[in-house]
Amino acid sequence: MMAGVVAILLILASVSAPLIAPSNPLDLASFNLADSEIPPVWAEGGDKRFLLGTDNQGRDMLSAILYGARVSILIGGGAVLLAALIGVCLGLLAGYLGGRTDAVIMRIGDIILSFPTILLALLVAGMARAVFPEAGNPRYVPFVLISAIAIHDWVQYARTVRAAAMVEGAKDYVKAARVIGLPPLRIMFRHILPNVMSPVLVIATINLAGAVLTEATLSFLGVGMPPTYPSLGTLIRIGNEFVFSGIWWIALFPALALVILVLAVNVIGDWLRDRFNPKLRVRQ
Amino acid sequence: MARLLLSRLFQVLLVMMAVTAVAFIIFRYVGDPVNIMSREDASVAEKAELRAALGLDAPVIVQFGRFVGRVAQGDLGNSFRNQRPVAGLIAERLPATLELVLVATLLALLVGIPLGVFCALRPHGWLSRSIQAVSLVGISTPTFVTGIVLILIFSVWLKWLPSFGRGDVVRLGWWTTGFLTTSGLRSLVLPSITLALFQVTLIMRLVRAEMLDVLSSDYIRYARARGLPSGYIHRKLALKNALMPVITVTGLQIGALIAFAIVTETVFQWPGMGLLFIQAVSFVDLPVMAAYLLFVGVMFVTINMLVDVVYAIVDPRLRTAGQ
Amino acid sequence: MTVAPALEIKGLRVEYPREDGSVLVAVDDVSLSIAPGEIHAVVGESGAGKTTVANALIGLIEKPGRVTGGTMRIGGALLDPVTGRGDGVQLGRDIGVIFQDPMTSLNPLFTIESQLTETMRFHLGLGRMEARARALELLNAVGIPEPERRLTSFPHQLSGGQRQRVVIAAALSCNPKLLVADEPTTALDVSIQAQILDLIRNLARERGLGVMLVTHNMGVVAETAQSVTVMLRGRAVEQGPVAEVLGSPQHVYTRGLLAAVPRFDCRLARFAVVSDAGDGKAGAARRTIAARKPAALSDRSGPLLSVEGLTVDYRSRGWLPGSRGHGMRAVDDVSFSIARGEVLGLVGESGCGKTTVASVIAGLVKPTAGRVLYDGQPIAGKGASRLTRASSRQALQMIFQDPYASLNPRMRVGTILAEPVLFYRLAANKAEALDDAGLLLEAVGLERAQAERFPFAFSGGQRQRISIARALGARPRLLICDEPTSSLDVSVQAQLLNLIKDLSEATGLTLLLISHDLAVVRQMCDRVAVMQKGRIVEMNDSESLFSAPSHAYTHELLSLVPRIDRIAANT
Repeated sequence: MMAGVVAILLILASVSAPLIAPSNPLDLASFNLADSEIPPVWAEGGDKRFLLGTDNQGRDMLSAILYGARVSILIGGGAVLLAALIGVCLGLLAGYLGGRTDAVIMRIGDIILSFPTILLALLVAGMARAVFPEAGNPRYVPFVLISAIAIHDWVQYARTVRAAAMVEGAKDYVKAARVIGLPPLRIMFRHILPNVMSPVLVIATINLAGAVLTEATLSFLGVGMPPTYPSLGTLIRIGNEFVFSGIWWIALFPALALVILVLAVNVIGDWLRDRFNPKLRVRQ
Repeated sequence: MARLLLSRLFQVLLVMMAVTAVAFIIFRYVGDPVNIMSREDASVAEKAELRAALGLDAPVIVQFGRFVGRVAQGDLGNSFRNQRPVAGLIAERLPATLELVLVATLLALLVGIPLGVFCALRPHGWLSRSIQAVSLVGISTPTFVTGIVLILIFSVWLKWLPSFGRGDVVRLGWWTTGFLTTSGLRSLVLPSITLALFQVTLIMRLVRAEMLDVLSSDYIRYARARGLPSGYIHRKLALKNALMPVITVTGLQIGALIAFAIVTETVFQWPGMGLLFIQAVSFVDLPVMAAYLLFVGVMFVTINMLVDVVYAIVDPRLRTAGQ
Repeated sequence: MTVAPALEIKGLRVEYPREDGSVLVAVDDVSLSIAPGEIHAVVGESGAGKTTVANALIGLIEKPGRVTGGTMRIGGALLDPVTGRGDGVQLGRDIGVIFQDPMTSLNPLFTIESQLTETMRFHLGLGRMEARARALELLNAVGIPEPERRLTSFPHQLSGGQRQRVVIAAALSCNPKLLVADEPTTALDVSIQAQILDLIRNLARERGLGVMLVTHNMGVVAETAQSVTVMLRGRAVEQGPVAEVLGSPQHVYTRGLLAAVPRFDCRLARFAVVSDAGDGKAGAARRTIAARKPAALSDRSGPLLSVEGLTVDYRSRGWLPGSRGHGMRAVDDVSFSIARGEVLGLVGESGCGKTTVASVIAGLVKPTAGRVLYDGQPIAGKGASRLTRASSRQALQMIFQDPYASLNPRMRVGTILAEPVLFYRLAANKAEALDDAGLLLEAVGLERAQAERFPFAFSGGQRQRISIARALGARPRLLICDEPTSSLDVSVQAQLLNLIKDLSEATGLTLLLISHDLAVVRQMCDRVAVMQKGRIVEMNDSESLFSAPSHAYTHELLSLVPRIDRIAANT
């Protein structure tokens, strides 16, 4: 419950960032170097204008975090949607058709899964930069990041959907549909798909948390969102340089926001999984 | 069992082929090496000469063949950035990463498994509930945040432990180790905890889930029905069943640890391969990227093979298949 | 001085608190007593509470359920209902347990020796060698060949019957006073079932072992037990010696239950159960359906369906180049034909290939050799084309075994029923198709309004009715019924079989009935084919086959089936 409320609040707050944020962190003219490195209000030297302090360029941390969370959620959500779309379609094909289709799709998946998300994403992001010099442009980075994350994550959907589709495909109601004479595509999408969606929902939730983390990690490592258009990971990257000088708020507040966001999504994912996993439900 | 190994071997070859191909593509096609290596004002003729000198005018298949041949001999080319042989760079950085990953893996297993078992045996106790809750925070905290927080607390505020580098190392042949000096060990504490934390929660949650599954299985119910003491059932019977999938996951996680070492090494300026790779990515140093990819591919494949062999030895269903 | 009974239960009550605060009474005031050497059966349909009684004895009531009243004594010693232990009573030593499914009761990672001896080492304090010697003895006693070698085997290397013998050996290892057997043969084939029941009978007699046999099968009760308790909704409604209870049942429920058991000695026109015989709405709906023209048929008078030399190989295909995988011949040169309006039964034990035959006819599996002809046209195998297959598809419909898997859980019943109607353009639009769905529901004895609901709102028997309605919606000529009642309680089975009989008579359907239950086949079929290892070993009209089987295998099958008219001699 709590988690749901927190997640919804956070998502609402970040989506409506332009409306509620005290200032616009993307507008270079709106902040002043003279205001840089001001600690949060409750600390010594705090300023009422900047609730959570400012960064090295005088940017209001609260506004930066709200805008940053928006970027993180958009990229994470985009990656989940793309991965789910690819994964569900390929998984259905592999599970229902079997044979060679199945072997090819799953072998590709195996190879992709041999590499950790973060490595693959780094590689894709790195290669994108080498191939298209434009890939560093803030307008294109989100798409590069979304594909870099989705290229790994679709496999999990495909595996789950394939396994579920094989189970469902062997069930009598699918056989009944075949005996009636319905064509394969209709059986796949009308009969099997609705019955394999609940695990997909659960994975999507858990994956959203993972995708947000991956994006943050990429940005932290410097291959994600640029400082002019920061996500939470970029903010933490900037703040990391100041940790040693004791200026902790620049890194810590975005980090806190990130952890709370991911935690809320994870709690919802856990709850969904327990709910949809009949094994864990108490037998009546 | 022979069949299993054979099919595994085939898969390994497939993976290695794919990895080598990707490495080759990075090497050859991502950005034209000729443009990267020649001067800005080089003429077309000069470029063609360089192209021929590099063997880039041969058919793709031949180039790929040469590439595989060079890789097999350990020649991974020179770094664009500092013109040193990539193989040497990697060998220099290898010990740092492997030592870090080793310590983190041990930490993750030694803490994760007991916690998981405990939480499965007392699913409703307050202690296991709180461990569960903390573990959720654990999987929600990215490695770099853990690292920054640890540095802030133990290096900046308390000034107990160093926050970057490996400290003093001892040279053993080509290997350098931080295990033998106090400063080396002290330097290892924060990075290894940072790297292990995520894995601890992962392994803990896995063991707990597996254990709960096994405990509700028919054969454990049947063992209870035979009046066997519950300590014996939990420790001897159920644990063995529950640890089977942990073998697989541990194998996969060692791979993941190597990857996450990139992040940890960045935070702690740990002079390992991850740091090398991330620097290569930001400088578009393609030979280093390709070589790192090859290295990770080899590591993964080796670990997966080992896991399969261990699995086949431990699980009687595989061991005795075909008898 | 009288010997204390092996088990004495007095006024047992087990409750499960529900989420809304009310309490489900799973077992209500049940008392029973079992003498040493006596086999006492506890029978009832699903949900009667018979397994709960067994679980209470072994302390395995699942939370949040608990024993709230009554006493249980083993050999005179009182048992603590929470721990399953008592003064001088030790679970595993004094009570042995056998579960239903031998495939999952043994731990796959430990050897037979380890699982057999651990009980003895804990409860009897035997050393390794002593325990091993006794384990060998036990394996001999339960009739496992090569016991020396079997000790070092893992469970997956044993067949289902052998595993159940190992489980029995483990249960007996500490000389218990009582054996609790929960549906010990339900997961096994008749021939193995007969051997296991025989084993339990002998062990009870030789070792003076009290046995509590939980079962749903009246035949098993009749042939194995000396006394019986009949349970209904948590209560014991009738109790006594088997001959009395089965011979002259007093309680109306027992009488109904016995009447619903398919008889083996003669064929009856209908099962004697209260049912929705063609009156009122159901009758009207059936007449409407019967008046419709089913899929077109040629004028030829040959058989409706004939199967010629059908062979099916299953090959486990490896993905490695060069690995061909092992072939398995599921069906081997099977030929038969079904005349128009006939009911043909196909019987055999599990794995004999009967379901594969049905799948080929229904177009779900491709044959390796041979062919299937419908109305003179090849529809599978040699000579079959897309066209001939498509033309026959509507005429061949099927109902499946598992009522819980045969309806799409995400679709409303009305949509499920309308789908084939729309697909074959038997209705002009969706509204008409849904109207037709309502009619079909009435014909199978359900309500028109129930079309709005999802499958989970229906019981197993009701779901099978919906399955039948879906098949009828395509207006078929031949209905293939693959074990249509094997997962239903006997009283529900009787109603459903009556329904299939009525519908096929009303609409002139031809039936292919596949079953492992010989009694069901005897009650339903005009002609019967017996399958063994992929081949038909005997085919004859039903009366002759059951009264005078000619093949040894048929003979053996007939003699092994537990029958309620053969009450145990050793009472």
